[in-house]
Amino acid sequence: MATSEARARGLPVAARGRRGRRAPPALLAAGLAVAALVLLPLGYLLIVVGSEGSAALEELGSERALRLLARSTALAAAVTASAIALSLPLSWLCVRTDLPGRRVWSVLCLLPLVIPSYIGAYLLVSALGPRGELARLLEGPLGIERLPSLYGFTGAWIALTLATFPLVLLPLMTMLRRLDPSLEEAARGMGSSGLRTYRQIVAPQLMPAVGAGGLLVALYVLSDFGAVSIMRFDSFTRVIYTSRASFDRTGTAALAMMLVAVTLVVLWLEGRTRRRAEVFARGAPGAARVQQRVRLGRWRWPALGFCATVIGFALALPVGMLALWTTRALAGDVEWSSIATAAGNSLLAALLAAAAAALCAIPVALLAARHRGRASRAVELSSYAGHALPGIVVALALVFFGTRVAVGLYQTLAMLVFALVVLFLPLAVGALRASLLQVPPRMEEAGRSLGRGPLAVFATVTAPLARGGLLAGAALVFLTAVKELPATLLLSPIGFDTLAANIWRTTTANAFERGAVPSLVLLAVSAVPLAILAARDR
Amino acid sequence: MYRKLSLAFAVGALMLAGCGDDDDAGSDSASATADTGTGALTVYSGRDEELVAPLIERYERETGNEVEVRYGDTAELASTIVEEGDNSPADVFFGQDAGALGALQNENRLIELDSELLDSVPAAFRSAEGNWVGTSARARIIAYDTRKVQQADLPESILDLTDEEWKGRVGWAPTNGSFQSFITALRLTEGDDDAKAFVEGLKDNDAEVYDGNTAIRDAISNGEVEIGLINHYYVAAARDEEGDDYPVGIHQPAGDIGSLVNIAGAGVLASSDQQNAATEFVRYLLSENAQKYFADETFEYPVSADVPADDSLTPLADIDQPDVDLSKIDDLQGTVKLLQDAGVL
Repeated sequence: MATSEARARGLPVAARGRRGRRAPPALLAAGLAVAALVLLPLGYLLIVVGSEGSAALEELGSERALRLLARSTALAAAVTASAIALSLPLSWLCVRTDLPGRRVWSVLCLLPLVIPSYIGAYLLVSALGPRGELARLLEGPLGIERLPSLYGFTGAWIALTLATFPLVLLPLMTMLRRLDPSLEEAARGMGSSGLRTYRQIVAPQLMPAVGAGGLLVALYVLSDFGAVSIMRFDSFTRVIYTSRASFDRTGTAALAMMLVAVTLVVLWLEGRTRRRAEVFARGAPGAARVQQRVRLGRWRWPALGFCATVIGFALALPVGMLALWTTRALAGDVEWSSIATAAGNSLLAALLAAAAAALCAIPVALLAARHRGRASRAVELSSYAGHALPGIVVALALVFFGTRVAVGLYQTLAMLVFALVVLFLPLAVGALRASLLQVPPRMEEAGRSLGRGPLAVFATVTAPLARGGLLAGAALVFLTAVKELPATLLLSPIGFDTLAANIWRTTTANAFERGAVPSLVLLAVSAVPLAILAARDR
Repeated sequence: MYRKLSLAFAVGALMLAGCGDDDDAGSDSASATADTGTGALTVYSGRDEELVAPLIERYERETGNEVEVRYGDTAELASTIVEEGDNSPADVFFGQDAGALGALQNENRLIELDSELLDSVPAAFRSAEGNWVGTSARARIIAYDTRKVQQADLPESILDLTDEEWKGRVGWAPTNGSFQSFITALRLTEGDDDAKAFVEGLKDNDAEVYDGNTAIRDAISNGEVEIGLINHYYVAAARDEEGDDYPVGIHQPAGDIGSLVNIAGAGVLASSDQQNAATEFVRYLLSENAQKYFADETFEYPVSADVPADDSLTPLADIDQPDVDLSKIDDLQGTVKLLQDAGVL
């Protein structure tokens, strides 16, 4: 989840130029310490797997592991394909046509990103599942006894497509807006048909955006735990979770490593398409001409119908179901005190994670923005470990680490916060580094030349100027940490109930009504940092 | 706005720093605590929170002792205890079947209990080696939708549920401890191959997977599935609440492994630093108060203190089940492996 959101927000790709002074040893030491911390889970997992290498290899080659690999990649591929299939027409309609209300549609289309996958999946099941509202409606008058089962591949596919298609839509819309129409006009002018122009001129320019967005979707699907669990689809994350009951830690760790290997491949592919995308973007010559909007004419009705259907399933259905279950829940007994406790715990954990991630981000971002070099490059790269590591993998590694090594930290809040920092540090680093790059180094140099020490300059010059970025990073971390599920489930101290855990518990037991109020509270809680971020963007 | 937030984050950071320090110090002090019985007792409960939380609260009220409970699936918690080894924070394991308790005993995770404690339950309901004791008994049943399934059509054996006739009509919970214990028993009576064939057969027969017994029972009453493999008391409790119109019936096929009587039970961890207090907790579970709770509130069969079971239940002695030694169904690891190989876990 972290990965996708960070990338979707277009966090910096590479700092160019600006080869700063040598890094002060203290800063470098702090950066290396952060790097060591975030690499710890992966490192310990490698130790666990490596210590019983042959057993791990046997597990990796087993039929079960291969089946799992096939199932997970099939789901990722299917969701990616359908997300692209939805996003291509949507983005074209919103950007290049006179579709009525296109501004509103393009905002509405991004909103599903706010709904955590497990809440989306739960609401989908409660609407269309075998015991959902639709089944209840059809049962009486039409005499239909059972709907085709939503559980399994189909349900996971639908839920994750609805949750992730904005990840493709967003870069695609940006790309479409930036396209220079002169190329298309030239092609049309030379007698090329509309379709041929699209195929030869437009499509190749869109490919990088589609590719990058699609790979983000794949990454999201591979790391997702909530939706696949609620849809009872055995992908890597769910099987790793249930394998904890297997008395076989080597096998479970091996599966986790296998998942990491798959996400690394996807990340590598994503990095490649991203570099290609930059080439395209820079290749655009001069000032772009104003794009002509395609007049839809009669076609605007089916176009509106299409947009309404997508929004209906991705947004109206979950929101409507949430409202329905909430009113039903409010009519009965709501366990307000336990929800309040859970909300307090969620806030506490997310706030601590945001603060800790912001603190850890400072040395990393300073090194990356001010002191380029091999060591700072290594620090920055390792701080992105959370991108490659699904939450369930970090959580599992820390359970092993806690039971064997850091016994005092096992089942403490500190361990949970640590996992959240590992997972979401990239968000804080990205935001802070971007704002540091906007602070001219000359101002710092002026401070130094007037006799201030490096710490004093940081405190009086750099920090006030980069504060916005630090805060934005912290808000982003808070936003993702507060709804995080697998690490919260595995690492929370005994009796430390959170909103995410509460929702997950009630919804996997099909107690839809009891999941409604906590879901609403969770969405409300995440609205606060979202509002801060939106205000900043304006 | 920014200033306030910055302040909040700063406070958060300080708290975090505080946590870190505490925990560093905590690692040593935890293992050094003597068995004073004054600290909170940590119970790992494979039994549902809904079923046992009221009882544990009662224990806390009556004794003034504090109990922290970690709830989870029985096998998951047993596996966690093995993984945690000597560092396990658990003092008591309260499981929903004999298999997980047996597995922990085999891994030397449980101490031998006082013979007086063991002797308070019938020999069939305690470990032959003395490391765990049953706290209540329960029967596996075939629950069915009385609106859709006629009594005459009910299977004579649970193994018949893999027949084409039952395709898509059965609900089960492969992650559930009681179910896994039943599979371990099935492996003993029929052999591994037949047990695996049964599991694969259910899967191929499109049996619906649920999270646990309550979910299966509700799926039957909602008409989602017609047959469910669960424990007796889920139906008994619902019937008590909903009245005789409750549409879920109990079928206990005669002489069949599908009618297995198992126990929920407890053991004291060898790694616990509060073994005396933990033993007292187990003793409480066998006390008249707790046994009455199991009889009246959860509709299980009491196993000690001469507390009678609820009248609505088939008397324990009348359940016709094959002869299975509960002390021998301890290969939980093997069962989990079998379920994994069959592709259901």
